[in-house]
Amino acid sequence: MKKFIALLLAAMMVMSMFAGCQSGSEQTATTAAQDQPTGEQAAADTGAAVKIGLTGPLTGGNSEYGLAVRGGMEIAVEEINAKGGLQIEFKAEDDEADGSDKAVSAYNTLKDWGMQIFAGAVTTGSALAIAAETVNDQIFMLTPSASAEDVALTGSNIYQMCFTDPNQGASAAELMSQKWPDATIGVIYDSSDPYSTGIAEGFLAKAEELGLNVAVDDAAFTADNKADLSTQVTQCKDAGCDMVFLPFYYTEAAQVLTYANTVDYHPTFFGCDGMDGILNVEGFDTTLAEGLVLMTPFDANATDEATVSFVTKYKENNDGKVPNQFAADGYDVIYALYNACVAAGIDGSTSAADACALLQEQFSTMTVDGLTGKGMTWDENGMISKAPAAVVVTDGIYVPIS
Amino acid sequence: MKTMLGNMKTRTNLVTYLVVIAAFVLMQVFNSLGMLSSSQRGYLVPVCVYISLAVSLNLLVGVCGELSLGHAGFMGIGAFTGVVVAAVLKDAVAGDAVRLVLAMIAGGFTAGVMGFLIGIPVLRLRGDYLAIVTLAFGEIMKNIIGNTYAGIDGEGFHMAISTSKMKLGEGGKYIISGPLGATGVEKIATFTMGFVLVMFTLFVVLNLINSKEGRAIKAVRDNRIAAESVGINVTAFRMKAFVVSAFLAGMAGALFGLNYSSMTASKFNFNTSINILVFVVLGGMGNILGSVISAAVLYILPEAMRGLEDFRMIIYAVVLILVMLFTWSPKFKDAVSVAGDKIKGIFRKKKEVGSNE
Repeated sequence: MKKFIALLLAAMMVMSMFAGCQSGSEQTATTAAQDQPTGEQAAADTGAAVKIGLTGPLTGGNSEYGLAVRGGMEIAVEEINAKGGLQIEFKAEDDEADGSDKAVSAYNTLKDWGMQIFAGAVTTGSALAIAAETVNDQIFMLTPSASAEDVALTGSNIYQMCFTDPNQGASAAELMSQKWPDATIGVIYDSSDPYSTGIAEGFLAKAEELGLNVAVDDAAFTADNKADLSTQVTQCKDAGCDMVFLPFYYTEAAQVLTYANTVDYHPTFFGCDGMDGILNVEGFDTTLAEGLVLMTPFDANATDEATVSFVTKYKENNDGKVPNQFAADGYDVIYALYNACVAAGIDGSTSAADACALLQEQFSTMTVDGLTGKGMTWDENGMISKAPAAVVVTDGIYVPIS
Repeated sequence: MKTMLGNMKTRTNLVTYLVVIAAFVLMQVFNSLGMLSSSQRGYLVPVCVYISLAVSLNLLVGVCGELSLGHAGFMGIGAFTGVVVAAVLKDAVAGDAVRLVLAMIAGGFTAGVMGFLIGIPVLRLRGDYLAIVTLAFGEIMKNIIGNTYAGIDGEGFHMAISTSKMKLGEGGKYIISGPLGATGVEKIATFTMGFVLVMFTLFVVLNLINSKEGRAIKAVRDNRIAAESVGINVTAFRMKAFVVSAFLAGMAGALFGLNYSSMTASKFNFNTSINILVFVVLGGMGNILGSVISAAVLYILPEAMRGLEDFRMIIYAVVLILVMLFTWSPKFKDAVSVAGDKIKGIFRKKKEVGSNE
């Protein structure tokens, strides 16, 4: 019995070591890059830098998203600090994508550091746990990627940079009714993930309203059984769906596409912003993604100057990794906050509560152009309004749908 | 000999209570003097919760000799029950403290009933079946809660396994919304209540261990056949330990749930169960004070190491391995017992000298 426990614990520890190592090795590059702006900052000797904090999963299974947001934010901070003028001090804390104690303690650590503006959290669960705290503390919160409606609805000081989930699902349904009005639609979603469930619910509600033909609406899986999605694909195939809606992340989507190909099932696949990144999945045959439609606010292959410069810098800092929409959202968050701070005259000496009131005023009126959209504005709930952009994968790159 | 043994036990128990009370008073004093940062204040309640969880699991693993890998499942049941009960009683019960106690009792009760139900078939078996079943149980609970929708409106309380089946009336409010978990929870947990919970857990567990039942439970652990031969009902005593342990975990879960404005079912997964088991194993099997200390130290350790940035989880793992190697090595144990004897010797000599004078 003792031996069994000892073995089990040893195995768990070895596993957690590996999980740690994985993110650890990526760290060295980013920490090195992080040192640079602080050096410049000292040289600029402004003394009153605005302190912006982020919490996100920097270790563990979801670290991919947290590291991407942090990477994007670091680039924006570097650029802004190099410009001179208002300086930004940036700090990221690990919340392990936890929805309660770890998230709050990461946030508290930032508060003790003297954070004035909160630019997190990365995942919805953590954001919900922290949102109520920011309302109490009167700290302005602009989340890059926590997309549940409940996050923004928690308080008037909370704003979102990404689409809310039901909103994105509704836009997908609208696009389908315009482009493929006669399609027989199947929906596969992850019922253990608020992001996926939120989009699926928004989509189904709008589809019913628009009279779309949804043949399969219960092909759900959970985080525990996502290793094999063949049942869900077969369900859609048997129902004769020629359009399959996949509102989840690209790693699982790659599985769906691969399996559909092996059973010779070729409907039009339709993804959301979580699908962005599918062309960079290791070991995935990208030709399978030909004809895939996805709604993404960000395209790393775009040729406009801002995107090209961002992608180049991100690759430099992150061992040649191509940035995804998380990184772009992070970048936009810092610039939106910077613009608002400059306009409202916020600097390092402004108290968090004053900054919160001033920023709320700014965000209710201002318009932001960023990597993830042009002319972005926020409504009275703090939810963003920007034009949804859909692309189709053609010859291995995104081509906008006209 | 018997009375001396009894005295020694009473003394160890007393030390356990005193350590907890002293820590509570110290923290209250620090807090009232404003010496705690907001992150340190944030640790107070979860530390109490994890101490209770570790002590209750120690009853099962250390004293009863059964391995449970689903302690977080009971914690989760307690947490979600507690959140629902607290929300439903919002208008009916005036005081927050009363509501919190009721929520904790409800959480403990539900967890205890679930423990009883899965205990009926499993505890009759020999071998490590309880480990397998509790592991599965924890994961099943996580997935069921992760798909549950519960809400309250003018007509009362509603619950369903999918959103389409549930329509809330005017002014309705979701308490649990599927994968989002419990949202908009009113935070009514307090450090004082955490302290009360720890004291209650210690009281129940220590009294159980030192009672007639406790001796029977230990007899079952040490030699099942011998215990059966003297007429001990093996299943019944294992069941007692298991249900008490589940009940206490449920209470701790309810306090945990009511300390945060939101929580997701995925929090109560296998990793959390293992985490609690780590506290128990490193604190010493059957050593209650050890569980209290290791839960407190090991919960705060990864938070205290935030300064190490991304290396903290690696270092945490290394620390755990080192602690395990050291505390389990015979040489270290010998050294500790020698040191312990020496200290005791000093006291005894002093006493003897004192009595002579």
